[in-house]
Amino acid sequence: MKKSPSITSKLPALLALAVVVAIWFGVSEGGLVPEFMLPTPGQVVSALVTEFPTLMDNAAVTLQEAALGLAIGIAVALVLATLMHRVRALYRALYPLLVVTQTIPTIAIAPLLVLWMGFGMAPKVTLVALTTFFPIAVSLLEGYASTDKAAADLLRSMGASRWQIFRHLEFPAALSFFFSGLRVSVSYAVVGAVISEWLGGFEGLGVYMTRVRKAYAFDRMFAVIIFIVAVSLLLMALVTVLRRLAMPWEAYEKIERND
Amino acid sequence: MNGQGAVSALRAEGITKAYDGRVIIQDVSLHLEQGELVCLLGVSGAGKTTLFHSLSGLERPEEGHVYLFGEEITGHPGKISYMLQRDLLLPHKKILDNVALPLVIQGEKPRQAREKARVYFQQFGLEGTQDKYPAQLSGGMRQRAALLRTFLGSKGVVLLDEPFSALDALTKREIHRWYMEMMDQLKLTTLFITHDIDEAILLSDRIYILSGHPGTITAQWPVTAPRPRGLEFSLSDEFLGYKRTILSQLGL
Repeated sequence: MKKSPSITSKLPALLALAVVVAIWFGVSEGGLVPEFMLPTPGQVVSALVTEFPTLMDNAAVTLQEAALGLAIGIAVALVLATLMHRVRALYRALYPLLVVTQTIPTIAIAPLLVLWMGFGMAPKVTLVALTTFFPIAVSLLEGYASTDKAAADLLRSMGASRWQIFRHLEFPAALSFFFSGLRVSVSYAVVGAVISEWLGGFEGLGVYMTRVRKAYAFDRMFAVIIFIVAVSLLLMALVTVLRRLAMPWEAYEKIERND
Repeated sequence: MNGQGAVSALRAEGITKAYDGRVIIQDVSLHLEQGELVCLLGVSGAGKTTLFHSLSGLERPEEGHVYLFGEEITGHPGKISYMLQRDLLLPHKKILDNVALPLVIQGEKPRQAREKARVYFQQFGLEGTQDKYPAQLSGGMRQRAALLRTFLGSKGVVLLDEPFSALDALTKREIHRWYMEMMDQLKLTTLFITHDIDEAILLSDRIYILSGHPGTITAQWPVTAPRPRGLEFSLSDEFLGYKRTILSQLGL
């Protein structure tokens, strides 16, 4: 009963995707665009297959940077958001600043980071941390603020300390917000790592992209793009699985709402 | 003390509470003797919830004192167990952990608190719900779980703010009967907010009326009808007599 509606709800999206691929197929096979500029779906698939081992090797590097950066991003977001939630003055001082930093394009700071930190992992990890911490921090702040005031009163009437209220009420209530932020951040992490690799590095999907671009290997360009999309989607699915494991009660709340 | 030798379970003297300079309740005094169930009736906006916040220690009143078994607890939360309007079970905790929460807050080890709470599940009609989440329970069950949590956190006196107002009429009747039994068994003393006059007459040993702006106690009656008060009582002349008096007192 739970599965069929989710398939029917995804049907339009699958249809739209099929239409896009069909148009691509028509345009490239029909010769509307020269083959060297737009490869056919078939060529891209075969590039994906032959390049798969290379893509995997490079992905290992990129994912390592993404994971490390994301871990730092999460840690910073947790500490900062919690402090900002607890200390009102800190919130007022930092929140506008946070928003402003997010208007700085990733592309613009990446070269700076490379200049400062060299071609190794450090600038990549830093960039990922910078781009991922924001969605998580903002979600957490929103989550902390969303806690039921009456529930906080109840805990206070039991004699709870601020820490106990945080531990038993505010933090668990913010968890669903945290995971929503994490879902966004995970895809930022992969993109951030790739972008920083464009600007210098020895290995990774971004380096691979630069290489095949210089070779005008459009089929491999497409293949790596599709590969990155697939990796991001997989990671987002992983976040959903983690969320279900961390918040088993959510499943029941949804059933209740459907009734 | 109250001049009768025994110490009142709960005693409030001259409570005045204001928010932003506006006085909400003024000079409210009341007392609860051990084992009593006392209702606080009043129109909306008379400051019932403000009074409960002051009694429970959530708010410190501008004037007045609150005593629990003779010990002053004014402005000290964690002494009287307070059940707010909604059940407020935490959605992320299983029922057992929800119910044991006040004990954990008071500093007991979670495992110990759970063992203490587990003992009462059957008595509260909650057998089998220990490992369920609140979202899996019906409204009546959730209310009972909230009552068990309130009881476990209490030292004999509980404040209930319209605890049954969200329940349908049949569930309400059932839970009334059950609550009266529970009070006897657990030797609880209850102060109860309601705006349901029938409920007040059915349950109370005494009724206080809180009205006016700022709110103050304008009247109190004992309800001396024998228990248990069933369907017969709620259709009797005696019942209607109480109701008539209360309605006229409330200016309705």
